[in-house]
Amino acid sequence: MAKLKIHVDQDKCQGNASCKSLAPELFELDEYGNAHEVGDGTVPAGLEDKAWLAQTNCPEIAIEVTEE
Amino acid sequence: MSDAVSFLPKHPPVTDWVNDFDHTDPRWTENPYPIWDELRSASPVVHTDRFLGCYMPTTYEAVRAIANDTEHFSSRRIIVRDIRPEQTAKAPPITSDPPEHKPAKQLLLPPFTPDAMKKLEPRVRAICNELIDEFIADGKCDAAARYAKHIPVRAIAHMLGIPEKDGDLFIKWIHEILELGIKDQQILMKAAEEMDIYFAGHIEHRKTHPSDDLITTMMNAKTKDGRPLEDDHVRGSLRLLLIAGIDTTWSAIGAALWHLAKTPADRERLVKEPALMPVAVEELLRAYSPVTMAREVMKETTISGCPVRPGNMVLLSFPAANRDPAMFPDAGKVVIDRKENRHAAFGLGIHRCVGSNLARMEMTVALEEWLKRIPEFRLDPAGKVTWSEGTVRGPRQLPVLFGKTA
Repeated sequence: MAKLKIHVDQDKCQGNASCKSLAPELFELDEYGNAHEVGDGTVPAGLEDKAWLAQTNCPEIAIEVTEE
Repeated sequence: MSDAVSFLPKHPPVTDWVNDFDHTDPRWTENPYPIWDELRSASPVVHTDRFLGCYMPTTYEAVRAIANDTEHFSSRRIIVRDIRPEQTAKAPPITSDPPEHKPAKQLLLPPFTPDAMKKLEPRVRAICNELIDEFIADGKCDAAARYAKHIPVRAIAHMLGIPEKDGDLFIKWIHEILELGIKDQQILMKAAEEMDIYFAGHIEHRKTHPSDDLITTMMNAKTKDGRPLEDDHVRGSLRLLLIAGIDTTWSAIGAALWHLAKTPADRERLVKEPALMPVAVEELLRAYSPVTMAREVMKETTISGCPVRPGNMVLLSFPAANRDPAMFPDAGKVVIDRKENRHAAFGLGIHRCVGSNLARMEMTVALEEWLKRIPEFRLDPAGKVTWSEGTVRGPRQLPVLFGKTA
């Protein structure tokens, strides 16, 4: 499977936090409840489904998933 | 709890929904979904001359476009009414436009993060069980009046640092502001004034007895230039937190219980698979979204190809957006394990609900605790389910019987 990388657009994120609920390993929330990717956004093997699930459940379409 | 609200002469029954919708019509209150479907198949944006002129976007895309456009659509008015007084009661940040909006909202966000909610969760579980203790022996209850109503009241009171036992007073104000007050300015103003006096008393007390609660947070908050907030701002925000925190979640919990009462398959599945609850909560929020907002059109523009003119309000229906089949396959059905659910129940864009994590936690806990103790229940055929009027939709009477059908 291709390596996936995720990125949260900080201008779009409104703190829905579904991503954190669906893929807690991949996202961190700041003091305002806004999300950003863990580390450089590299998705560990086995968590690809969670990355896509988080992306499709973001109402602000703030999560970008790229394949390397 | 629901009073009959009489029709004003300027609200004759609707005969042409597409050109003259009226969200205060009893048929909309009773069952709005077929009406929304009719409006949506006519146009992405419909209009009525009622309420001094009001649009309603009917599609998810139109709702999203408006929610994200703070330049053409202002939040200074967020309720659609028959009158438009010059002075609107400020309740930052819900009534704020950029640039005031962001700093006002940021003040409120830290106490409502998912981590903050984890700390509150045990108290909410206890509240749910205390409530159930009071009626479980009866074999039946009004799940709206005896259960759903009290959970958010006590939870937000706890967060604000005001006595949970004052709950009935808060419920009275909410009824006056969100239901009766829509058509009666006097009632609305009096309730707002009473709330201000109540909060002023608590603020005064905390000057000499500071506390670890939301009221103290607001009192100690500073603007960017280090000044304390204006009294107006503090009072408006406290009023907002109390109002926003109650009717909305109460409605969501009630609608979820209504659905589970009449859908044994979904109920049984949740009892068997408790891990499904978070996904189920999102789907119930989508299908039975409680909150509709509004905006005022400030400048002319086009939304989904439809011209939109200033001087009109917009009924910003997130519930209708959540039922758009272009966005959600089987939009009209509750798919209890729906995997892709980009719903807008908490709004979209900068005004997204501050309390969404609290709402989700309350709803999840309320349903979990209810199902643990009352796994089997059904609508009481001898009773009637009634729905709230006005800006927030939920059951106000929900008579249910416990146990399997005889």
